[in-house]
Amino acid sequence: MKSTKDIAELLDEPACEHNKKEKSGCAKPKPGSAAGGCAFDGAQIALLPIADVAHIVHGPIACAGSSWDNRGTRSSGSELYRIGMTTDLTEQDVVMGRSEKRLFHSIKQAIESYNPPAVFIYNTCVPALVGDDINATCKSAAERWGVPVVPIDCAGFYGTKNLGNRIAGDAMVNHVIGTRDPDPLPPGTERPGIKVHDVNLVGEYNIAGEFWHVLPLLDEMGLRVLCTLSGDARFREVQTMHKAEVNMMVCSKAMVNVARKLQQQYGTPWFEGSFYGITDTSQALRDFARVINDPDLIERTEAIIAREEARIRELLAPWKERLKGKRVLLFTGGVKSWSVISALQDLGMVVVATGTKKSTEEDKARIRELMGEDTLMIEDGSPKQLIQIVHDYKADILIAGGRNMYTALKAKIPFLDINQEREFGYEGYQGMLELVRQLALTLESPVWASVRKQAPWKAAKSSNNVGCADAGGASVANDALHSVQHIPQNAVAAE
Amino acid sequence: MAEIVKRNKALSVNPLKASQPMGGSLACLGFDRAIPMLHGSQGCTAFAKVFFVRHFREPIPLQTTAMDQASSVLGADENVIEGIKAIAEKSNPALITVLTTGLAETQGCDVHRNVREFREKYPEYAHIAVVAVNTPDFTGCVETGFAATVYEIIKALVPDAATAGSKPGTRQRQVSVLVSPMLTPGDLESLRDLIEQFNLRPVLVPDVSESLDGSLTEDEFSPVTIGGTLVSEMATLGEARATLVIGASLKKAGELLQEKTGVPSHYFDHLYGLEANDAFITALAEISEQPVPQKIERQRSQLQDAMLDTHFMLGQLRVAIAADPDQLNAFIHLVKGMGAEVVAAISAGNTPVLATAPVDSIKIGDLEDLELMAKERKAQLLIGNSHAVGSAERLGIPILRAGFPLYDIIGGYQKTWIGYRGTRQALFDLANLVINFAHEEIEVYHSPYAQKPEAERHACSPSCH
Repeated sequence: MKSTKDIAELLDEPACEHNKKEKSGCAKPKPGSAAGGCAFDGAQIALLPIADVAHIVHGPIACAGSSWDNRGTRSSGSELYRIGMTTDLTEQDVVMGRSEKRLFHSIKQAIESYNPPAVFIYNTCVPALVGDDINATCKSAAERWGVPVVPIDCAGFYGTKNLGNRIAGDAMVNHVIGTRDPDPLPPGTERPGIKVHDVNLVGEYNIAGEFWHVLPLLDEMGLRVLCTLSGDARFREVQTMHKAEVNMMVCSKAMVNVARKLQQQYGTPWFEGSFYGITDTSQALRDFARVINDPDLIERTEAIIAREEARIRELLAPWKERLKGKRVLLFTGGVKSWSVISALQDLGMVVVATGTKKSTEEDKARIRELMGEDTLMIEDGSPKQLIQIVHDYKADILIAGGRNMYTALKAKIPFLDINQEREFGYEGYQGMLELVRQLALTLESPVWASVRKQAPWKAAKSSNNVGCADAGGASVANDALHSVQHIPQNAVAAE
Repeated sequence: MAEIVKRNKALSVNPLKASQPMGGSLACLGFDRAIPMLHGSQGCTAFAKVFFVRHFREPIPLQTTAMDQASSVLGADENVIEGIKAIAEKSNPALITVLTTGLAETQGCDVHRNVREFREKYPEYAHIAVVAVNTPDFTGCVETGFAATVYEIIKALVPDAATAGSKPGTRQRQVSVLVSPMLTPGDLESLRDLIEQFNLRPVLVPDVSESLDGSLTEDEFSPVTIGGTLVSEMATLGEARATLVIGASLKKAGELLQEKTGVPSHYFDHLYGLEANDAFITALAEISEQPVPQKIERQRSQLQDAMLDTHFMLGQLRVAIAADPDQLNAFIHLVKGMGAEVVAAISAGNTPVLATAPVDSIKIGDLEDLELMAKERKAQLLIGNSHAVGSAERLGIPILRAGFPLYDIIGGYQKTWIGYRGTRQALFDLANLVINFAHEEIEVYHSPYAQKPEAERHACSPSCH
């Protein structure tokens, strides 16, 4: 179990702007009005995309049982991360103190059945409370079976999901990163005159495979991605992250401690960026070149940006016509608001308000810069409030995380999901095409008219009390749009 | 609105169309103690029987005039007359329909005369209804054969108001319901239930839900149908409060019934989707003079919710549909109403309703046409009968099985498509096909620089995924 001191240290994240305000680091969840996951949730989400690792959740069934099989993130190879593993502790295990033993045998079983390059153990509330020493168990299991076993001590009660992300990052820095040097460049990948630079991406989860929109461009630039933490990553890639020339923090501050510690320990510079929208994608590519500071790379990068922007703008043109002027209420969770704002503005859409609950002061400044001073920034993201704002600001669509989806739909408001459970990838230049397609799909859908339509028999009643007084009369009911009308006998619908 | 593109090639490949006699037989099979007799060679009947058996998984009563070489050349009047007599004698059915085939029509048969001659020759069978219908297979499709048969049965078995002295509305809670072959036995059960919720008593014409619904009976064998519309009930249609005509193909039959009896006909092209069902329920409320039951209102709002949930999957979905006209029109309305795009619409036959469908064009054609158009216009999902499964496989896209025949699944005939509930399930089924099979994923990319494990690097070259 982590000590209070350990947790306080994790909460104090100098690289996070939240530190600078009165709240120190992550806010404490409030009983009765808390939303979002726990530390275990955050840690598991952060690391589960490492595809070839056996991820074992050490605890009774609730933790893994309701969270395994994360379909959002995709792998280009190993699918081991999709296999749900938990020690599924029983009452006997807890009462009799057998949970460590069960964990030890679970690790053995996972190794024997699936032969993973490493095993990650996620500690949860019950074993943390009864005092399982997972560090010791992992250590002795690793020695016994000859496979790295990484303890991730992330009991839910330690704190929020965000804290869990950091715990996960910390575990990688402490146990995995720096345990192997990168492979030599694969033969046949050399290109004359081009120097290959090693980079990492932190906080990139390859949702729906969206990073595959970006990776070919990085390859073309001559950037070898040593590792993306953690989308489509492999254990052996995480091991080499210390050797990168630059780290990009993608979109979210969740694992910013990884970037900061890599800078502290290995001197690796890092920058923040996003691959959502044309502007930000170009900026991210530029920043790689800028930080690496290779003149040839800078020049080639600009050429790639010019080519890609021209290509995508042409493809987007017909869609822009359809989306121009549409009003958006943006309420994002993990993804930075400003980053999506610029993507939407690229399309000529109007962002009428944006959520800023997780935004830093710096983010807010950027939002003001993009949207003007009197922009509505929403701190209270309750469903009721969101719907009210949609109505007040005449928004055409709500763009938010998946958990707000059914709220929007119940209120008959078009909705676009941009959270990690989504099935579509919006990153990179190419991702913009998918974004516009999805926006148009819901905005232009004929179902909105249908679902807002009152039942015709009710509409008729409220306007005029027309009934069918005479059973002999035939009413033409061929067209639902017309209200009930009385038509003389023998009048039948003609095509 | 839709341009109708007629057949423009010599060879029909992977036919969508089944014959008019099939449709005529199906209509007849919806009457109680009935048996269709196809006027043609034995094969006409044998093939039809196999077709029905595969679809319904039931024994199917079906007879033939068994035209041979001699009767084909010299005249087959005797075959028809003696055929009717043999069935009457052996099975004592309530209804025999004599349905012509291409062979008989080409020969120049006159089945209507044959039936008159039968009546003269065998007056002892006067209590058995015999209806002749011209259903050559060189024109039309299942739906037109079905419609023609319903028309002829009404013409023969429903007395004119003037002669019978019948008055509309004498049977205060009775409504007649003419139903297109696009309605499955499951649909008919659901339809009956809807109507009964308004305290109305529906008489379905014809009613395959009673005869081909796959229920077990006491009788081990019956040469005629068990269950279906009672032939005796046809005489009461003139006393009903209203007639509901479901399916554009039955418009003429509906008009005839109104003309004969004065009972007002209400027309519904189909019962797929919110709007069509709103119109139908509104009509039921008016006719019955009863409020819409809460249960139905709840089903309506459930459908609306399902429309929201599924529009993400169905919006902009490129759909290719092949069906008989009524059902094709219904599906076009359904998927267009969800924001999908109909990239290929193939009809087995040409009927007036097609021109009203909200698509640019409809091709009268076969499943090869479907396949080619679907391929060219990058369809993501097919809707069609079991014969279209091969097309879907070659196209590598999922198929929603609908129509006739459905032989590679069990219970296809029992699926309910109509009403708010049926529509909701259809939307779920469509959306699930999209989620599971038609979701276009981002292609896996393998970086040449990547430090993936050795096994992965060689297992898959960048070109495959």
